[in-house]
Amino acid sequence: MGVRTIATRLDSDAKRGLLLVSPTAVYVLLLLAAPLAAVVTFSFWTQDFLTIDRSFTLDNYREAFTDPLYRVLMIRSLVISGIVTVVTVVLAFPIAYFVSFYVPPERKALWIFLITIPFWTSYLLRVFLWKVILGFNGVLNSGLISLGLIDEPITFILYNANAVVITLAHAFAPFTILPIYVALEKIDRSLLEASRDLGENRVTTFFRVTLPLAMPGVIAATLIVFIPTIGDYVTPRLVGGPNGLMIANMIQTQFLKLNNAPMGATLAVLAMCAVTAISLIFVLMNRRYLR
Amino acid sequence: MSIISLKAIEKYYGDYHALKGIDCEIAEGEFFSLLGPSGCGKTTLLRVIAGFEDVSSGTVVIGGQNMAGVPANKRPTNMVFQSYAIFPHLSVAENVGYGLRRARLPRAELAEKVNGALKMVGLEGFGGRASHALSGGQRQRVALARALILEPKVLLLDEPLSALDKKMREQMQTELRRLQRQVGITFILVTHDQEEALIMSDRIAVMFEGEIAQLAAPQELYRRPLTRRVGEFIGVMNFLDARQVDTGISQVRFDVDGLGEVEIKPEQLPKGARSFYSVVGLRPEALSIVYDGSPKSAVPGKVVDLSYYGDMTYYEVQLEGTSSPVTISMKNLTSRPVLERGAETQVTWDAGSLVVFAS
Repeated sequence: MGVRTIATRLDSDAKRGLLLVSPTAVYVLLLLAAPLAAVVTFSFWTQDFLTIDRSFTLDNYREAFTDPLYRVLMIRSLVISGIVTVVTVVLAFPIAYFVSFYVPPERKALWIFLITIPFWTSYLLRVFLWKVILGFNGVLNSGLISLGLIDEPITFILYNANAVVITLAHAFAPFTILPIYVALEKIDRSLLEASRDLGENRVTTFFRVTLPLAMPGVIAATLIVFIPTIGDYVTPRLVGGPNGLMIANMIQTQFLKLNNAPMGATLAVLAMCAVTAISLIFVLMNRRYLR
Repeated sequence: MSIISLKAIEKYYGDYHALKGIDCEIAEGEFFSLLGPSGCGKTTLLRVIAGFEDVSSGTVVIGGQNMAGVPANKRPTNMVFQSYAIFPHLSVAENVGYGLRRARLPRAELAEKVNGALKMVGLEGFGGRASHALSGGQRQRVALARALILEPKVLLLDEPLSALDKKMREQMQTELRRLQRQVGITFILVTHDQEEALIMSDRIAVMFEGEIAQLAAPQELYRRPLTRRVGEFIGVMNFLDARQVDTGISQVRFDVDGLGEVEIKPEQLPKGARSFYSVVGLRPEALSIVYDGSPKSAVPGKVVDLSYYGDMTYYEVQLEGTSSPVTISMKNLTSRPVLERGAETQVTWDAGSLVVFAS
């Protein structure tokens, strides 16, 4: 009797749960699963001049792995994303730390609000602004020249990978500050006092208590930056120059300019696999912090 | 030989005066309690000793060494925090061995010390457990082991038992006393629970509003509270208005509301100024209900209410000429049937247990 009531209750709970998630589920199926399936399917087809040859083949993958162009672009994308991630997280941590530990509680909301200000302008506009700042006659160069620090404009900051790193790191800063801030906020301050009490100084306390407990936030921040930057193509296109182009630019070129959707789809699938693999390895390496 | 001496400790938070000139000596090997209501400054004082708070003025000397400018990690004190502050990312053994990293012990020796500390607090074999899987009482023991393993000169305990249920609390009270005797380290306990302080301490400092109101051994504190407020805070006390009527050589006579004329010895009088009007305090056990015989002095009273505790009964008895009833505790014996509400009775008292306060 009791078991039966529980079973029927669970049933109605499960039904209500399904009802609640169904709009989202439909949305996800239509806009995520279906396009994904289409991309994967396309990657096994080939372009035959104007038509698509729908016979199953692994030719695209073979080409993607043998053509050095694709390999260079893929590796460069991973390296740039990796650098962007490290730069962003390393720069975001002190800011999150400052807001969490040194800003008085009643001011914290204001600080978090201010940190989101870069989001108030469009992404495209922000990238263009970096062009203005980093350009040959840009704000940075003219400033440094008028200060007498340099004689002629420095050029390694625009139209190359450095520019991509600077621009992306800035764009993703709030995304990394927030999860790290949340993780730091959750740390019971008496743990830090306990560590001091047990003989550790500020620095060793940071490495033995604060950092390990902030790791869930750091891991989240890392994934939040790393995963989307691999697929970014606006920033490399606008500030990357010829040597700052990434795999997403090639995917776009394949789809639109070269009219080779199957090859584009193949590269997209490979990029996705690479990101998934690296993210999984990263999470597994840090799983002891995520208990 | 005092292990801690506090001299004229003042602490301000902005305009708020948290500690007002604390002077105190704590002896080596003593179980010392700081007792007071919340906000009285007892935790602040403990944190001053631990080195988590700077003093505005005054000196803290621990083991003969002035602690001015010495940070918490360099002080010979260890603390058991109210929240226990168990590191959630470390196992039980890693928590207990946390403070030994600097000692750079060989692995086997470290494990041995950790096991010894766990055994001391009754957690043998718990070393490998994840710290988040522990119960409240177990967390408390881990916190104790983690502090004691460093063999501090003084162990500071910040309301360590307040988060435990009643049964567990009583068990830990006995265990803490046993541990303290075993290791011989000075314990300083902060608590707002007067019963806990009485049970565990060698000496108690009662604090109100940033000042020590009375510093004495438990019995002295209970029997001879210096002020009405201390008497009220420790246990239960009945207060009756009184007027001094006559001063003799060996006794003083008071006219006490509800009781009539009472003779007390001069040493029961408060030190310092004596005023004509006073308040006398009587513990519930200093008053008793007359069951047999006819004592020299007894007054009539009426039972207004009673609470039956099994071994004891607490009566609320209205005496003539007082505004509120007095509390009387009586041990329950078969020869003493529990009285009903509304019963008329006779009340007598032990004049030697009377405490006179300057009103």
